[in-house]
Amino acid sequence: MNTKVTIAGVELKNPVMTASGTFGSGMEYGDFVDLNRLGAVVTKGVANVPWPGNPVPRVAETYGGMLNAIGLQNPGVEVLIERDLPFLQQFDTKVIVNVCGKSVEDYLAVVERLGDTSVDMLEINVSCPNVKEGAIAFGQKAESLYDITSQIKAKAKQPVIMKLSPNVTDITEMARAAEAAGADAISLINTLTGMKIDVHKRSFVLANKTGGLSGPAIKPVAVRMVYQASHAVKIPVIGMGGIASGEDAIEFLLAGASAVAVGAMNFVNPYATVEVAEEIEAYMEKYGVEDIRELIGAVRE
Amino acid sequence: MKQKVKAKVLSQKKLAEGIYDMWLFTELAGEARAGQFIGIYTGHEAFLLPRPISICEADKERKALRVVYRIAGRGTEIFSAWQPGDEAEILGVLGNGYPMEAGYGKQVILMGGGIGIPPMLQLAKELSMAGTKPAIVLGYRDNQLFLKEEFEKYGRVYVATEDGSVGTKGNVLTALVAERLTGDVMMACGPMPMLRAIKRYAEEKKMEAYISLEERMACGVGACLGCVCKTTHKDAHSHVNNARICTDGPVFDAREVDI
Repeated sequence: MNTKVTIAGVELKNPVMTASGTFGSGMEYGDFVDLNRLGAVVTKGVANVPWPGNPVPRVAETYGGMLNAIGLQNPGVEVLIERDLPFLQQFDTKVIVNVCGKSVEDYLAVVERLGDTSVDMLEINVSCPNVKEGAIAFGQKAESLYDITSQIKAKAKQPVIMKLSPNVTDITEMARAAEAAGADAISLINTLTGMKIDVHKRSFVLANKTGGLSGPAIKPVAVRMVYQASHAVKIPVIGMGGIASGEDAIEFLLAGASAVAVGAMNFVNPYATVEVAEEIEAYMEKYGVEDIRELIGAVRE
Repeated sequence: MKQKVKAKVLSQKKLAEGIYDMWLFTELAGEARAGQFIGIYTGHEAFLLPRPISICEADKERKALRVVYRIAGRGTEIFSAWQPGDEAEILGVLGNGYPMEAGYGKQVILMGGGIGIPPMLQLAKELSMAGTKPAIVLGYRDNQLFLKEEFEKYGRVYVATEDGSVGTKGNVLTALVAERLTGDVMMACGPMPMLRAIKRYAEEKKMEAYISLEERMACGVGACLGCVCKTTHKDAHSHVNNARICTDGPVFDAREVDI
């Protein structure tokens, strides 16, 4: 049985990755799961310098999911290189670093700094809804996305995954812009912008007022967008949004994803990533699927 | 090691209006220290995140953990309906706990306000077993003095009530001043205004103070960065004056946090 998939020339032992921001840099989940079992670990977004993030409350539970407005708190790329990369290198898994910035120059600084490290791929966050500058500003207009993608591609030594926002009118337009600018892959969906109001206090639950919705509640939106995006481009699509089980992951593969990421469900079930990997294998066995690639985009029309 | 495990409900009873007392059978009791907490899952598919609840008592021999919690929403409302024999899922043991060595052999004042009272019970027990009898100041809303009698086994108890029905009218600090209590170290858990006042008081009186903070959490294990608090120094993890309450805390040296 083959569970290996290849994204932009990088071979993953299985299609299960972690969604950026939900797994730290792997260390916090080392007590719970064997990182060797994962196709790739995607780190929390990192900028060129440390970012303090947003005021609290930063998280709120919602029906079947949660809102977050962390605001991309991160210790900066130097700490990632000194502390997190050596930790991740102990494991037989691919390392994908998620990159964020307030300006194109910020992104380029991180991308260039990571050029001579052992990082396998870069995922570019142009879709965080919780920071005022940068991030989503580059991901909601096709021209801006095209521009930042081509500038990053010109500097990047590793394959580049553009992480797309679902907070757009037409996801296929964004997917095509990323592909046209040379992106090696796209990942989607980032969180959907949401809001929660405490009716007893008559105030916003999150200090940031709005936050990104994630968790099982968003899965149907994510599956639909992965289906549309994967039909719009030839580059690989990494699917995510509310994956909680192997069957959820299979749904994304059938919709057209070449790999999947487990996000908010790590907070709910710290064993979720490895359980998803095991359940994918069980599904393949049950249906006699010899090669996982048979499932990619295999939904019957 | 942190784990997500199944735990059988041993007992459940109502202590006061909206306050419940539950014992859970779990191996995690063997590792639990005063001031740590567990995440309790609702078992409901719509309310997914574990609820951080402080440990009120840990009985290593019976492998039992006690939580005394207030109904604050749908999750805790679901917990309160559980009966002996029901199975819960919990994540633990989480957080750092109180620094016991800071209390041994010293004059320790424990201060619990409202639903911050329960974690002080395990702390009072551990200190008293180690030969350090603390002074205990408990702040309640009214005359529903949950857990008060149990605290009396471990030290002298002083009560403050918001409505003045029992003890000193006011909060734990009003009682501390009214009773002219002095000591070397304060250890506290309660609402943020109380903790802020304790931080200020400790600085004025040149006392040490360890306070347990609370914030909305998602993962409980230090990954999501949801539950941060401002710190006076840049910590080794964040590099931006933000400590994670779930893993760097919930107990902090009051001097180290900017609340």
